[in-house]
Amino acid sequence: MNSFIPSLELYLQTTAQMGTPILFGTLGGILCEKVGHLNLGVEGMMLMGAVAGYMTGLSSGNPLLALLAAGFSGAFGALLYAIVTVTLQGNQTVTGLVLTTFGTGLSSFLGKSMVGVSLPASIQEAFSVRTIPVLADIPIVGKMLFQQSPYVTVALLLAVLLWLYMNKTTMGLNMRAVGENPGAADASGINVTGCKYLHILAGGFLCGLGGAYLSLVFVPRWQDEITAGIGWIAVALVIFSTWNPLKAIFGAYFFGALRGLSFVVQNLDMSLFGRKVVIASQFLDMLPYFFTIVVLVFITMGKKAENQAPKALGNAYFREER
Amino acid sequence: MNEEGFIQLRGITKTFGTVVANKDVNLTVRRGEIHALLGENGSGKSTLVNVLAGIYAQDAGTLMVDGKELRLTSPRDAIRAGIGMVHQHFRLVEVLTAKENIILGEGPGLIHGKALTEKIYNIGKKYGLYINPDKKIYNMSVGEKQTVEILKVLYRGAKILILDEPTAVLTPQETEGLFRILRNMKKEGCSIIIITHKLGEVMEVSDRVTVLRKGESIATVNTSETSPRELTDMMVGRPMSLEIQRPAYEGERKTVLRVKNLTARDKDGVARLDHMSFHLHEGEILGVAGIAGSGQKELCEIIAGLDKASEGIVEYNGESILGLSPGAIIKRGVSMSFIPEDRLGMGLVAGMNIVDNVLLKTYRAKPGPFVDRKEGAAKAEAIIRKFEISTPSPWHAVKNLSGGNIQKVLLGREIDLSPRLLITAYPVRGLDIGASYNIYDVLNEQKRKGVAILFIGEDLDVLLALSDRLMVIHNGAVMDIVDPRTVTKEDVGLLMLGHRPGEEETA
Repeated sequence: MNSFIPSLELYLQTTAQMGTPILFGTLGGILCEKVGHLNLGVEGMMLMGAVAGYMTGLSSGNPLLALLAAGFSGAFGALLYAIVTVTLQGNQTVTGLVLTTFGTGLSSFLGKSMVGVSLPASIQEAFSVRTIPVLADIPIVGKMLFQQSPYVTVALLLAVLLWLYMNKTTMGLNMRAVGENPGAADASGINVTGCKYLHILAGGFLCGLGGAYLSLVFVPRWQDEITAGIGWIAVALVIFSTWNPLKAIFGAYFFGALRGLSFVVQNLDMSLFGRKVVIASQFLDMLPYFFTIVVLVFITMGKKAENQAPKALGNAYFREER
Repeated sequence: MNEEGFIQLRGITKTFGTVVANKDVNLTVRRGEIHALLGENGSGKSTLVNVLAGIYAQDAGTLMVDGKELRLTSPRDAIRAGIGMVHQHFRLVEVLTAKENIILGEGPGLIHGKALTEKIYNIGKKYGLYINPDKKIYNMSVGEKQTVEILKVLYRGAKILILDEPTAVLTPQETEGLFRILRNMKKEGCSIIIITHKLGEVMEVSDRVTVLRKGESIATVNTSETSPRELTDMMVGRPMSLEIQRPAYEGERKTVLRVKNLTARDKDGVARLDHMSFHLHEGEILGVAGIAGSGQKELCEIIAGLDKASEGIVEYNGESILGLSPGAIIKRGVSMSFIPEDRLGMGLVAGMNIVDNVLLKTYRAKPGPFVDRKEGAAKAEAIIRKFEISTPSPWHAVKNLSGGNIQKVLLGREIDLSPRLLITAYPVRGLDIGASYNIYDVLNEQKRKGVAILFIGEDLDVLLALSDRLMVIHNGAVMDIVDPRTVTKEDVGLLMLGHRPGEEETA
């Protein structure tokens, strides 16, 4: 029993790390969907951010530059998406899928030469784990929240800020109106197109950062398709969290915990009735994706109006439509 | 101060594709007046005010407000110029509260809950508008939603208020309330443009009227110097009778439809129909009056076999038809022309031509897997002739016809089946006066033939003039069945709101 608490703390610490890229992707997805655009390109934008962040980090050794490169390349992917779906009023589902395909291909292509090359020490140092004294000694959750890379902490802060933005500011109100009823928003004097671009691009920026967390901090090496489907989990989590950034934290960490299971269980020596129990790692790897489906089933059964998808989600807006 | 023309629209032209919605339209509105825009459907009233509200960009013409020319590229510009519009279909975000809807579109900043509530209350007090600012829109009645829309306009300090058919969805009492508010605003110096095609309201509330016809402005007259008759003639372009006939039926009066204790619940267990009982006999028009969403849709759909009832009896000629499929019900001679809000939702298939739409209901009579289009075309042509439908050919897609003509196709097809029971919901919704009277004549003709007609309507004046008996429903329950020859509009209005006249107001 003595080893239980420390290993739980360690597990929770891993959970937060595993959950961070999912959280970034989910927050990015929320921003996009809240203005009425379903973006299935989260995975693609994350990969673009991952590769751009890694390349910049590798060549410049400057962590800030690496972050900016990651964010802006995610935003660039979002820009392509916005041009097609907002301005040209194209189909959002197809455009998002294409963006994922594009991002995957682009990152593979650009990343080829970087396989096996490790990051400069300046980058590794900048994102390394910091321990906040006293707070980190809080039992159980101390390590999870206060002994982490600043990247993990920033993701948490962003989620809180985003919630405040959406619920306490007029800009956030306008944004929600655009996703619910662009006609009403337009009639109220909101620049609907501008609002959509702004939030879709900001969402892409966050997705890019989420990707870069994987390549710069979590792995931190370059591997092909480094996101391994995290973007898709994020898309599902946007719904799971009912478009609420605070709930997104719990969702992301829950899935982080599931992903962390395979690491933990492998190191555990479990026995049941005197027999050694082995859980196949493939089974554990499957769990997050399995739960994605379970969660989606449960969420579609909900009824509360506030927790529903933005009403205009998936529809293009054209003012003079009759 | 330019008293003669606070708002001046000169030579406004707007086209949608090949359709000319406004052609060289002029409109002058004074400061502190209520100006009615009158015209049949498709006469370009909505287009004109949408230009003024910055929603549509005009192709030609100028807008002047207070002597300054305006170039509006978006609703935002119109709001800045002090122009506010209450749209026919409310532009409110359902999941937000009244307060949030009112401040929508403000520049960056924080939302100040308490101060805001006070500000909204003060504005409301000035004009007599009261709402609960923290109530969500989806919990609100139509009247409340309209109040929110008006408050939203006033909150921005608009001096010009445009209302597009504001009374279409209101009860007589709510309409009175609205007019009181408009008069208060007028006293404060606001200019109000109100679109309506109810002549009585024009006469009651407006100072001046501008009549539009086929996209052109015909005339502007002082309300006190005109009459409903003169206005109609201007609107239609020819003299026409405003009488609605109520012919007597001489034949036998067998009961065709008997509904008893009909109850339907939605999936949340809420009763949409609440122990509804009535009967309908041959050669009778039974009017149904009620606020939108009082169970009209559910009633139609259950009789037509499209929806299920939880309990009750529906008998057609003494035989239960509850639970039968729509096909089986049609075979027995029940015909339904249900006109949902989007008109093409349930009645016709928009993308198909008239012939195919006619065939949709008759093809079953022929055996074999092939469709006989020749017969369908003959039928379609007969319907087109009989109802004077203006279409290039019977092979024209229904969605490209005007609203009135679409309506005639639907009604024509239903009547062509020679039904014994005709259920018609909002058959004149969106139709102009001429086309509406056509439809009333068609219904009366069917009644003379002994058809039993359930007429679900919106305009109380029409319901009172056309029906033989009038059933008033509220929240899915029958409040009363009254004699339209003797009942007053006010009493019907109270029944629609769920009060029985003479009864003390409870709850």
